[in-house]
Amino acid sequence: MKNILREIRYFLDFVFASIKIALTGDRRYYVWLASLVMLVVLGTYAYIYQLMHGLIVTGMRDQVSWGLYISNFTFFVGVAASAVLIVAPLYLYNYREFEYIVTFGEFLAVAALIIALTNVLADVGRVERLWHMFPLIGTPNWPDSMLVWDVLVLNGYLFLNLLIPGYKLYKKYIGLEPSNWIKFFIFLSIPWAISIHTVTAFIYAGLSARPYWNTALMAPRFIASAFTSGPAIMILVLLVIRKYTFYRKYISEKAIETLAQITLIAMLVNLFLLLSELYTVFYSATIHQVSLKYLFFGLEHNGKVYAALKPIAWLSLFMQITSVALLLYPKTRRNFKTLAAACSLNAIGIWLEKGMGLVVPGFVPTPIGEIWEYMPSFMEWVIVAGTVAWGFLVYTLMLKVAKTIEAGLARHPKAGKE
Amino acid sequence: MKRRDFIKKVVMTSAIAPVASLRIPFVNVSIEELTQKHFKEMSEEEKKAVIERLEREYKERYGVDVNIKTTPAKEGVVWGYALNIKRCIGCRRCVYACVKENNQSRASPDDPTSNEIHWIRVLEVAQEKLEPGTEEQGIGTKFGDVVAGVVLEESEHYYDPEKVPEDGKMYIPIQCQQCEKPPCVKVCPTRATWKEPDGIIVVDYNWCIGCRYCMAACPYWARRFNWSWPYIPKEEINPNQHYLGNRIRYRGVVEKCTFCIQRTREGRYPACVEACPVGARKFGNLLDPNSEIRKIIREKRVFRLKEELGTEPKFFYFMD
Ligand code: SF4
Ligand code: SF4
Repeated sequence: MKNILREIRYFLDFVFASIKIALTGDRRYYVWLASLVMLVVLGTYAYIYQLMHGLIVTGMRDQVSWGLYISNFTFFVGVAASAVLIVAPLYLYNYREFEYIVTFGEFLAVAALIIALTNVLADVGRVERLWHMFPLIGTPNWPDSMLVWDVLVLNGYLFLNLLIPGYKLYKKYIGLEPSNWIKFFIFLSIPWAISIHTVTAFIYAGLSARPYWNTALMAPRFIASAFTSGPAIMILVLLVIRKYTFYRKYISEKAIETLAQITLIAMLVNLFLLLSELYTVFYSATIHQVSLKYLFFGLEHNGKVYAALKPIAWLSLFMQITSVALLLYPKTRRNFKTLAAACSLNAIGIWLEKGMGLVVPGFVPTPIGEIWEYMPSFMEWVIVAGTVAWGFLVYTLMLKVAKTIEAGLARHPKAGKE
Repeated sequence: MKRRDFIKKVVMTSAIAPVASLRIPFVNVSIEELTQKHFKEMSEEEKKAVIERLEREYKERYGVDVNIKTTPAKEGVVWGYALNIKRCIGCRRCVYACVKENNQSRASPDDPTSNEIHWIRVLEVAQEKLEPGTEEQGIGTKFGDVVAGVVLEESEHYYDPEKVPEDGKMYIPIQCQQCEKPPCVKVCPTRATWKEPDGIIVVDYNWCIGCRYCMAACPYWARRFNWSWPYIPKEEINPNQHYLGNRIRYRGVVEKCTFCIQRTREGRYPACVEACPVGARKFGNLLDPNSEIRKIIREKRVFRLKEELGTEPKFFYFMD
């Protein structure tokens, strides 16, 4: 009993210390936080406006009934899944270079999941009824509906990625080694990471109504694109941390180099899968090529040209290929300036491909042949910016705590004494 | 006691009447509405209480006395539909009869955010598209989804000539095909849409969360979303309603054709069948071997849309 009470007291101390760490910093830190908070406030305002007027404030209509929110959701689930690329080498292969950056990965997963889930909240028409799909209190259509699976695996993954780093930090804070049971959850998180993006791909791949999505390549492509864009974002974060904070000494160049190679290889696989898809669809040239044709070349109907996504598709391809070139050549891969460029091109390229490039053409033309073009409305952009800012805000706060405790700069007064 | 019942009970007992009618800000939903059960899980008394509340709410919102029924399916009945595409003249009378009967949202003259909904879409196809083109045009068709030789992508959805039917044109009306194996039902995360014993796919407008997964899954583009609050002029509201059918929907939920469940369960024909001036639309019980619909299936050249998807529509197209 006494032990439990002490544990609770320690844990509360840990929570309060964390809050304190998260809220103290230099001027640059506050400016960064304040700008994120501003975006979140704007996004919330736009969201309330949308709640009151309905999704009519978006650019979506019956013809294209999913848009920017679901695009963004899909992309960030991928980012979340890619944390496994740091966890697995460290814990399965004991790759020590990743020891220090593993919390960056785990908390990036948390932040990405927060972004993904808030985009779902933004997308549903009746947010106050969401409980209808939860187990025990609602009527979840399990196991039939992939959306139910997705909610389950995403929340499970969120839980794992809060538990694992949280527990390790707590132990560090009170000056103890983590117990062995946490390993179970660490190993569990590895297949779980793959599962979240597989299930997300299955949401699309299972729909016979949409030939553009109805391909067995969907899940492999999802994983490949996640495993290149995720590490790319991670590298960008690490480069920023190295440049602007005193944690630079902990982030080894070797760790970054390894991540860069992972980014490169996954991107090559991703492009290969894209090639397979393009070949199969265009060479066989069945009637089902129409959506892919819309994406890359646009469609013509009654003398009118519909090609809103064409520039996005080619830009994305160009960005991906350029990033491969920059990553392939050792000189540009090891130079942090060109590496940063490669990673930015990579992440934005995948965001375009997997977001708008994946979701929207699935709806064009409609299953009964109407061609209708979607463009996100201003409101959608504001709300999406809010969700992303919200994710980064949480990420910043969590990293601040993690890195301070890991560096031994914050310890429980009694740490190591009892 | 189920967990949901328990929560509801706690909410209802701890909160005395005024609290139950408190409204959640922004979404403007009362606690009563929020804690309402899934239609299929309600007891008869609960259904009655809900209907009373709904009639009250519609009265407050639209100023009209409506009568909402919950008539169940008749035994030994599975509804089927047949449409003669050789006869259809593309006049869209069915479209507007459906809008009126089923309280679909209209475009409001003074509200640009109002959301016009049609459950039936009539496609116009040029007959020449069914035949090889000239040498300059290129022989054959370019792309698209083929239905009985018709490339849907080459159809015209917003045709608007002085007079229909136009020479050289044919018309294909499309609405919910009431699939025997409905993909929309399979994907719905909340079981808010399901197949009734008489084969009709319905939506509980108080249970749907508006995720629109079913819209992505429907191969016939038969589902519509309420992007905003429905707008229906007060005098045009049809007060004879069914809980699973034409009662007025909410912002943020999905709706679709129900073969006029409020009529067909009372022994009447769907509104579109009655509205068709050329008698192209036929309706009846698929389980009755002597019904007109069974006769058509037996004797005419019949096809269904996108058979290859295995959705098994109960909506048949035929030619004389
Ligand atoms: S036509 Fe579409 S909405 Fe109707 S039952 Fe089939 S899948 Fe569902
Ligand atoms: S929009 Fe409504 S009916 Fe359609 S899948 Fe989602 S919850 Fe089910």
